Amino acid sequence: MNSKKTQLAYIIGISILILALFISITYGVKSVGLSDVIDAFIDSNSTDYNVNIVQARIPRSVFGLIAGAALSISGLLMQSITKNPIADPSILGVNTGASLFIVIGITFFNLQSKLSYIGVSFIGAIITALFVYKLASAGYGGPTPIKLAIAGAATSTALSSFVSLIVMPNSSVMTTYRFWQIGSIGGTSFDDIKLVLPFILIGIILSILLSNNLDTILLSEDTATALGLNVNRTKAIAAFSGVLLCATVTALAGPISFVGLMVPHIIRMVLCSNHLHLICLSGIYGASILLISDVLGRILGRPGELETGIMTAIIGGPIFIIIIRKAKVQSL
Amino acid sequence: MKNNNLFEGVKSRRKKYILSLVVLWLIVLILFCLNMTIGEKNYSPLQVINTLTGHSSEGAYLINKLRLPRSLAAVFSGIAFGVAGNVFQTLLRNPLASPDIIGVSSGSTAAAVYCILFLNMNRSLVSVVAVIAGVLTSVLIYKIAYIHSFSANRLILVGIGTQALFTAFISWMIMSASEYDVPTAMRWMNGNLNGIVTDSLPLLIVVVISCLLAIICLRHQMVSLPLGDSYATILGIHVNLVRTVLIVLSVILIAFATAITGPIASIAFLSGPIAKRICGHNQANILSSALVGAILVLAGDFVGQHLLYTRFPVGVITGLLGGPYLIYVLVKQNKGGQL
Repeated sequence: MNSKKTQLAYIIGISILILALFISITYGVKSVGLSDVIDAFIDSNSTDYNVNIVQARIPRSVFGLIAGAALSISGLLMQSITKNPIADPSILGVNTGASLFIVIGITFFNLQSKLSYIGVSFIGAIITALFVYKLASAGYGGPTPIKLAIAGAATSTALSSFVSLIVMPNSSVMTTYRFWQIGSIGGTSFDDIKLVLPFILIGIILSILLSNNLDTILLSEDTATALGLNVNRTKAIAAFSGVLLCATVTALAGPISFVGLMVPHIIRMVLCSNHLHLICLSGIYGASILLISDVLGRILGRPGELETGIMTAIIGGPIFIIIIRKAKVQSL
Repeated sequence: MKNNNLFEGVKSRRKKYILSLVVLWLIVLILFCLNMTIGEKNYSPLQVINTLTGHSSEGAYLINKLRLPRSLAAVFSGIAFGVAGNVFQTLLRNPLASPDIIGVSSGSTAAAVYCILFLNMNRSLVSVVAVIAGVLTSVLIYKIAYIHSFSANRLILVGIGTQALFTAFISWMIMSASEYDVPTAMRWMNGNLNGIVTDSLPLLIVVVISCLLAIICLRHQMVSLPLGDSYATILGIHVNLVRTVLIVLSVILIAFATAITGPIASIAFLSGPIAKRICGHNQANILSSALVGAILVLAGDFVGQHLLYTRFPVGVITGLLGGPYLIYVLVKQNKGGQL
């Protein structure tokens, strides 16, 4: 592995991230300057209008950063476990599973707290993930990428019918769901950040701890077993943290697609397959991509805004298709 | 003697196929009658016939203007989705690869939702736009997936990507629309039979019947294609031509049906496999999947209209069948069958 290249990637990534964070805070319907941002940090009780704007925007940007990093690492883990370049929480239908459980929770069990959203979303996501994986493993050749993708898409379609069945007769749930379903980091507060941070940190730390084992599994599962690694346990923990990361973000922000697909794939293609670096870089670039899509959504959707989930799909959809076109037919 | 036995087998399978076709026909007929007679106000079958033939004017509006178009639309859209789904599954050699999953209908839906929410178009104009958009989307998917040669897998994946893209657009349109219009669009997205207008029906019926006949003419070629391109070529089939014609016909079917009823979920997905289960897979199962499609739509509409606590569009009801089917595939697989 070329360590200079990796260093460069870190430096570029962090600079992009800082820039994206800065733009995300300053740009909007009312743009503010650098001095206001600094003021906001120095004097938190300021009554100046611009400073207040900055303070209102910071949670959104920080949440975007966390969400981007989490989704991207989650996608990376799913790709590594299934040895599949096109795995992603949205492609595998995991997001729809989380949606269904949240809708059920809101409608029938009258769930209100955001913590309980995270709980049910996690349960829904993990059940769906297992189901899709099992479904794709059926038949000749095990879970090939194509079978995973179709199983995910089919499951997603079936689950969204259940969502419609529950949502349609309840206009109040429909209104909430309509906004939640798209995936947006707008309207998040510091409380939300405090709530998700522990889960996200657990997910990221677990995946970093697993990075060596994931490298070994990448060689081949037989080699890994021969080297004394418990392959199934490693995969199970990696799957757990992958689902935890995406379920937590999905519970609060709604399904944001394609971040977990494109970022790890591109980094793997350009740089290296060392999981420690992959995880860190995916986190950094994933956060940047999400923040940039959010800003782009605000620019393109003026005077309102295009939700982040739509922007990532608009950027990610074509990238997904390009990846498929580049892949060899045999490897699909 | 041996030869004789061989043909005995073929004959008995043919007999079985024809028998199951007749049974399916009967079920379609019964469901059609149920949908015509039962509703807010029930009529006897005799009354319905009298009204239809013009001998009596009792309930003429209800029967001629509401129930007849609705039931006809159910039958013909069911046939269209069922046949097209079966063709796609056969050509792509994957029982899960139906047109609604690989994005063929997403273009029609997106265009239609746009026309309803932003241009306030009337229904028949929406249908025209939806057909054009559906065909264009399919051509786009096919073109993008075609590099040097045709690859079923690439087509499926490109389709899934396109589907995701259009879904994002649809969500965005629903977000930015006024709250008043949203239920209409939401219902349309799932596929429903409310407000079918009589003047859009003749076109649907003509298109469905002619495409169906054309696909039936290609049935022998269609059975050979899944053997693999080289085998099919050896059997004397112009593979690319046949495949293109079949895909074009199915896309037209899907686009027209989607334009009138919306993408009724799971029909395309389920009809083929169910037809295969009933009739075996010695033939192309075109007619049987058409009938199964019609049965599913008629039954789904009946359940959605009369048997639940509120009225649901047919697409929600049929979509629910998708889940159990996937579980069935899974269970069957664990028992050692082939997907």
